[in-house]
Amino acid sequence: MSIDIEGISKTFGGFTALDNVSLKVPSGELVALLGPSGSGKTSLLRIIAGLEAPDSGRILFDGEEATKRQVQERQVGFVFQHYALFRHMTVFDNIAFGLTVKPKKIRPGKQEIRDKVNKLLHLIQLENLADRYPAQLSGGQRQRVALARALAVEPQVLLLDEPFGALDAKVRLELRRWLRRLHDEIHVTSVFVTHDQEEALEVADRIVVMNNGRIEQQGTPSEVYDHPATPFVYDFLGNVNLFQGRVHEGTAQMGGLNLSSPENASAHDAPAVGYVRSHDIAIERQAGDPGAIKAEVRYLLSVGPLVRVDLLLPDGNRTIEVDLTREEAERLQLTIGEQVFARPRKMRVFVDDYQI
Amino acid sequence: MQAGKLTQRSEGKGAITEPAWVRYLLITAALAFLALFLLMPLAAVFVQALDKGWEAYLEALKEPDTISAIRLTLITAAVCVPLNLFFGIVASWAIAKFSFRGKSFLITLIDLPFSVSPVVSGLIYVLIFGLQGWLGPWLQAHDIKIIFAVPGIVLATVFVTFPFIARELIPLMESQGREEEEAALTLGASGLQTFFRVTFPNIKWGILYGVILCNARAMGEFGAVSVVSGHVRGSTNTIPLQVEILYNEYNYAAAFAVASLLALLALVTLAIKTVSEWKLQQSISVAGKER
Repeated sequence: MSIDIEGISKTFGGFTALDNVSLKVPSGELVALLGPSGSGKTSLLRIIAGLEAPDSGRILFDGEEATKRQVQERQVGFVFQHYALFRHMTVFDNIAFGLTVKPKKIRPGKQEIRDKVNKLLHLIQLENLADRYPAQLSGGQRQRVALARALAVEPQVLLLDEPFGALDAKVRLELRRWLRRLHDEIHVTSVFVTHDQEEALEVADRIVVMNNGRIEQQGTPSEVYDHPATPFVYDFLGNVNLFQGRVHEGTAQMGGLNLSSPENASAHDAPAVGYVRSHDIAIERQAGDPGAIKAEVRYLLSVGPLVRVDLLLPDGNRTIEVDLTREEAERLQLTIGEQVFARPRKMRVFVDDYQI
Repeated sequence: MQAGKLTQRSEGKGAITEPAWVRYLLITAALAFLALFLLMPLAAVFVQALDKGWEAYLEALKEPDTISAIRLTLITAAVCVPLNLFFGIVASWAIAKFSFRGKSFLITLIDLPFSVSPVVSGLIYVLIFGLQGWLGPWLQAHDIKIIFAVPGIVLATVFVTFPFIARELIPLMESQGREEEEAALTLGASGLQTFFRVTFPNIKWGILYGVILCNARAMGEFGAVSVVSGHVRGSTNTIPLQVEILYNEYNYAAAFAVASLLALLALVTLAIKTVSEWKLQQSISVAGKER
């Protein structure tokens, strides 16, 4: 089922959670709503589910108006960050709940319910825990039960609110890969909320980046990562270095560098900010290259497969971060205090809007 | 040396350990106080009640005025507890699961009977329904009796016992949040199904706890009932009022015999309360673990 969100706004007291948001979720896609806390992503998810009513705007399911539909009629599966399992019911009864509350006329028989729950237990690989209570399960197991419970009623849309947020790092990684595989199998239209960019990049077909109740950018993971549309998206996705400078008719001057910036061809000597990802900077020993800045090595830190280098710029008070691969670091053999040259391989320049 | 000593102390018996004699002194003081002010009077009630033997005890309870008082007390409790159960669940549901204007005012209002002296609660009803009260003439014209009759006693008791169940449920329901209910709704459950299959099982021990406290108070209430009852023997006397009358007539054995009923009720209440509190703690700790 496709979802159309048209001009949704929502305020809580004086706080604007959503500001005229429009979004299309095509049928069968797995879409991530990504943003910092307070960006409105959870509010949007709850409005799609019908747990919250928008102040204005419309929600369409498969082109049909659904704004006024009750939660129960929307046929959505909702997975909560803190699982929200029924604590006094066993795993089996939790999963069966949605089936047993159906009106008598369309309620499946006992045997049918049992078969279905067993099938779902198999799907979430918890067949032998059917008689346990939620308190006896680990976080990852609980969230899988919550997912099975939501899937039991065969929802048209699956909505997940920070589904892995309360889990520890390793379980989170396992579970999100499992969710991705599951989605490839059952193809139910899914929207999940996260503040973890890595999670969004790994799991989603499409990412919607939200900030301050608005959508900043939407696109495939590689689109939003490689071509961020706004400074915010640049900042939010990945590690980024900022350079202050000016831009004039397509040429930017940033901390002693001259760069061509064709997307700002119409700018006239405007203040600008350049964004460079920390892995898009090369470190060199020889000057030679005009596109490189002199800098001093301040710190070296091994972070898993990467080596993080802090460089002090010649002005003496700004540093930039550079991520090198292990091989590069071993080839360079950097020492703290030595002079090197940093060459941004890729920089995106935005005219500074905040200046008047 | 000192560092070693410190870690040993905090790892051993907890950081705030007092010397043994202080602990025993405190425990003894608490037990002595309880024995003197709670256990001894309770024992005294039963000793006095059985002073003249079982025969006299049962005889005192069989007296028609006493039986009428017991019946009235049971009727009052039978009306009050279900009413307050209903209002208590409705009020705490509204407060815990929704946010609305005037919520804190509603909570204050629920607490009002706790802060008002029961005598004043009784007088309020006399002022409203009494002969000289606002509705007095109208009630008299239609021959409806509230003050110095059963309805007045029930009204005053409902007022006094109103907070017991609501006060018990509000913190419990607030701590449990509303995600389970929301989950039930998204799974297609109706409002009633959600209440009976999701909310109620989570709060049943809290409800039981509130109900027994409310019941104990409804049966034992003296002040408010005393003002509105009129002390008509065999007609508008509840157990506590009957005890007072018998006592004032120097009929000690009978007074204590009737009083022993209330004391017995207190003991049963205490037993159920202990069990339900234990179960309640269990359901809270499970809730805590699940977060």
